[in-house]
Amino acid sequence: MSVHKSVQHDSALKQACGVARYLDDIPEPKALLHMYIAMSSHAHANIKSMDLTAVENARGVKCVLTAKDIPGHNDISPFGGDDPLFAENLVEYAGQPIFAVVATTRELATRAAQLANIDYAPLPPIITIRQAREADLTIEPAKTMTKGDAPKAIKSAPHRLGGELVIGGQDHFYLEGMIAMSLPLEDGDVHVYSSTQNPTEIQHLVTHVLGRTQKDVTVEVRRMGGAFGGKETQPAIMAAASALAAVKTGQAVKCRLDRDDDMKMTGKRHDFIYGYECGYDEAGRITGLDVRLESRCGRSKDLSGPINDRAMFHTDNAYELPAAKITSHRYKTHTVSNTAFRGFGGPQGMIGIEKILEDIAFTLGKDPLDVRLLNAYGEGKTNETPYGQKVEDAVIKEILEELAKTSDYRKRRADIRNFNKTSSVLKKGIAITPVKFGISFTKTHLNQAGALIHVYADGSVHLNHGGTEMGQGLFIKVAQVVAEEFKIPLAQIKISATRTDKVPNTSATAASSGTDLNGMAALNAARKIKLRLIKHAAKKWGCAETEIRFEGGHIYGADQSISFADLTLSAYEARIQLSATGFYKTPKIRYDPVTLMGNPFYYFAYGAAVSEVIIDTLTGENKTVRVDILHDCGKSLNPAIDLGQIEGGFIQGMGWLTCEELVYGADGHLKTHAPSTYKIPTIGDRPGLMNIEIWDKGRNREETIYRSKAVGEPPFMLANSVYCALADAVSAASDYKSRAALNTPCTPEEILRAVTSLSHV
Amino acid sequence: MRDYIQFILDGETVTERHLDPTMTVLQYLRERRMKTGTKEGCAEGDCGACTVVLGELVDGKVRWRSVNTCILFIGALDGKALRTVEYLGTPDAPHDIQKLVADKHGSQCGFCTPGIVMSLVALQADDMPYTRDNIDEALAGNLCRCTGYGPIIDAAMAMDVKAEIPNNTAQLTSLQHDELVELNANIYGTKKRFFIPKTLAQLANLLSENPKATLLVGGTDIGLWVTKQHKTLDTIIYLGNVTALNTTVETNDEIIIGAGVKYTDAIAKLGVFYPDMDTVMRRIGGAQIRNLGTLGGNIANGSPIGDMPPLLIAAGASLVLQNGKAERVIPLEDYFIDYGKQDLRPGEFIRSIIVPKIGPGQHYCAYKISKRPQSDISALCMAMSFDLASGEICTNVRIAYGGMAATPKRATNAEATLENQTWSEQNVRKAMAALANDFTPIDDMRASKSYRMQVAQNLILKTWLEAGS
Repeated sequence: MSVHKSVQHDSALKQACGVARYLDDIPEPKALLHMYIAMSSHAHANIKSMDLTAVENARGVKCVLTAKDIPGHNDISPFGGDDPLFAENLVEYAGQPIFAVVATTRELATRAAQLANIDYAPLPPIITIRQAREADLTIEPAKTMTKGDAPKAIKSAPHRLGGELVIGGQDHFYLEGMIAMSLPLEDGDVHVYSSTQNPTEIQHLVTHVLGRTQKDVTVEVRRMGGAFGGKETQPAIMAAASALAAVKTGQAVKCRLDRDDDMKMTGKRHDFIYGYECGYDEAGRITGLDVRLESRCGRSKDLSGPINDRAMFHTDNAYELPAAKITSHRYKTHTVSNTAFRGFGGPQGMIGIEKILEDIAFTLGKDPLDVRLLNAYGEGKTNETPYGQKVEDAVIKEILEELAKTSDYRKRRADIRNFNKTSSVLKKGIAITPVKFGISFTKTHLNQAGALIHVYADGSVHLNHGGTEMGQGLFIKVAQVVAEEFKIPLAQIKISATRTDKVPNTSATAASSGTDLNGMAALNAARKIKLRLIKHAAKKWGCAETEIRFEGGHIYGADQSISFADLTLSAYEARIQLSATGFYKTPKIRYDPVTLMGNPFYYFAYGAAVSEVIIDTLTGENKTVRVDILHDCGKSLNPAIDLGQIEGGFIQGMGWLTCEELVYGADGHLKTHAPSTYKIPTIGDRPGLMNIEIWDKGRNREETIYRSKAVGEPPFMLANSVYCALADAVSAASDYKSRAALNTPCTPEEILRAVTSLSHV
Repeated sequence: MRDYIQFILDGETVTERHLDPTMTVLQYLRERRMKTGTKEGCAEGDCGACTVVLGELVDGKVRWRSVNTCILFIGALDGKALRTVEYLGTPDAPHDIQKLVADKHGSQCGFCTPGIVMSLVALQADDMPYTRDNIDEALAGNLCRCTGYGPIIDAAMAMDVKAEIPNNTAQLTSLQHDELVELNANIYGTKKRFFIPKTLAQLANLLSENPKATLLVGGTDIGLWVTKQHKTLDTIIYLGNVTALNTTVETNDEIIIGAGVKYTDAIAKLGVFYPDMDTVMRRIGGAQIRNLGTLGGNIANGSPIGDMPPLLIAAGASLVLQNGKAERVIPLEDYFIDYGKQDLRPGEFIRSIIVPKIGPGQHYCAYKISKRPQSDISALCMAMSFDLASGEICTNVRIAYGGMAATPKRATNAEATLENQTWSEQNVRKAMAALANDFTPIDDMRASKSYRMQVAQNLILKTWLEAGS
């Protein structure tokens, strides 16, 4: 079996030996030029004049590009029509591209750009959510999702609570920064190497900027050094600018952003203010929830619409809300346009209810786990989400209960309370939280994929599909599927770069859907070839097609056998087509994008985590010391790869909620734009004890690829347990007499602020 | 005098003459030598994707340590050896560590992996067991955004016990010399000079002839002037090969640390007497930074947020400043006059730092507060020293802070409330209150002023709780 096996990432050894090629490692074309993209130094201003003479005359400069040099459209937005490649008269964030310098070296291009003379007329900037709320500045109208009459249910509830949770944003901090390299071809065509999760979109946007058609532009990516959603729409800047320059100069042009420029110029995870009113009964059962989601979208629409939709779809997380009103406000600010990031709004939508349930449990003097179990989807519930989709495999209680047992949660919770009685400065906290995450693009048409498989006459296989590799192990999983179909060793399959001229019209590798979509498309292609081979073998051996069997690199039937290579050679000689395309579209999904009602998701992925933390009540320093995770991967295609996603996702989520803080000045300048000031978790932040298990009862009830489940995003939200555990530890500082409003990220400063605000310290 | 440098790159002796001396080693590897296995993630020494091991001849043996090539100037390589990830092994014949990292699923996107591998090589070459703490310390300067680090820790723990990196001792010995090196290059119309003196006399001479020259040792700050601020440094005097600056002398009651002594070496010397200094110093930068950065550099640049000044001021350190043949000694705290202004005269350089050994009855506590425990610049750093010689009475109270003012500074008001007073919670609380008169901290991206003040006060309480309460 090639599937359900822990196979190493196909490039792991190459990566460890430094020979896996990232875009900047590709041998450079002759006379390569380098591009620097100059950015706005104001968050909001009119450009009164722009004198670039000195830039043009600077040493090594080949050309300078502004909006005027764009033959097509000055727009690189995915659908909003509101993302100029280069700002024209108005700048709307500090860091917005204004012009590009192309020079013989990167250093000369960078230095030349500093010689620009731009006269800005500053306008008042709107930077924060509160300012945008005040100014009523939005990128699109608010949306509301309702189930029952939540305000009424809350009013008549025996207990009520309400408040506001501030949820921070996050920079992707992919280790490989943004980069593109464009090669001019004949006829004004261009070949673009782009570090992107979304080659088709890049192709489309480059085409749009050049004023050409998609046949004229090819986009290629072999691998990315991390992406996490950050390379879904954002690489269009570098790709389109370098393509424009390549066509103009007739030379290859590379644009590789410096880390600081990357962090200033490109979008991040949306920060939110989560306002809530909740009614609940004596037992702790939520009777009504009224949530107001407010997000900072930045200067343009980008993907903010679907991101905020997904936040709305996840406000229930794993819990049944008898009545719910979920309102989503999408604010425009003069900051970088926020974009996709692992979870795509889900984490921000989901964390609030975890806080609410902890607060309910605290008020009622209950173990939060009991309150969670009481509210969770499952037996005795209608299992209807606020958007009308039924939760058909409500397994979350089972997962929570199993994890509580294996992690010894209840005893540890009691032990922690004992520890806190005698420890005055250091306080511990613990929490268990579930995840239910909807799988499918919420833009229904994106749920499609294509693949291309060539079987050569020598039996070796070339595999291509529309998915991209960013480290998540998609390529090895899809190769496993193909190897399994042909029953050949993985080594016989060549995994190849994603290219728009091989598989067209693909969707971004995003929404955790890479394997679900591309695995199925590849299976479809492989199966076509396999059926031709079966037919050929049956004919050759004069037996029934049903007798033909593939196993261990051989094909058996009618008491005969032949190696896969010999069969393919024989099929070639018999003039049988050994190449096929494959296609897949996700079934069963449909919903109304206006009312948001329907079945947006094909299925749900589940998981749960227990986190134990310790805080220092004098400094706010904190550490996650132990984590136990039980995660549902369906029937895992590759447990090693899935475990990597679970652990990596968790730590990234922990970073989002603890040490990763984006700080904007009042003038709208991002002050944390490099790893010296923006702190992602280091090795020392990894909890000393992490027990991670894939749920062995996991099966996808839907017919996904080998009944596996998507795993890219869901584990990110397991880190909500860290937030809840920190809140528990903060409360311990008052001997559990009061709870503090704890916002995220829970930096030492935020923890200390919360501790200091407790009314019983 | 020589006009070239020589070093060993992946086993091969290389001579370079007309390179831009402030070209980074990373650029050199990737753009001149096509060794693209070493990656750029940040160009400021914070992510570790560019890590290689640097070999230096120490006591007749090659000592290998991890360094960041993204901020290391090529000129600093004279007489040293470099090993990159490509030299280590190939997919067909991988080094054990490369194979382990792959087998344990320690590489996802893989962009950080070459750096991780090289940090593990350095760990293996070092004389430390593979405990979680040691692994964390060796890899704190290697960010990985994909794995969550577990598989990397697994790989580290599974490494063979101590494998020496094959040493080219003879080859490296043959590159050692006593000549002054002057590299000259004309880069984009600027004449650049890079001097590599070997002796204090050469240094003093060079400095009197070129009083405006940039003094460079580890380059963990100056490197960023070039990679981030795109400054042109036309005259540099590199101190890394001046033997006298790289030595530590221990007397009966003092440790005299050369200004060019690296953190890694200083930790071993200071930590014996000041365990808290040891703890804090291990959190400065990643191992790659501590292997390049120096105590002298951390002091010389006058930053208000460097950790060494408060740590050393509290310990009562003083500074030896040399000008030509003349020397003067000042208390370390007096060196810092104002933001960007230090007591350093033209032609003068920091020669060494004198740190008194901890005395009997002396208590010393130090704390570094940052958003992230490892490899983060302090929001504030505090060190406190006092004697409890005569029972309960505090004397010689020294409390120094970084991150609280425009310079590293002593908390004189707080000190005064404790001096000759009983070491009691009541007096500690008085000192905490007095601190409000010592500092007016600022808001920035690392912390707010109120947090800084609250924690600065709490750290005195913490000292009380942890030291002799």
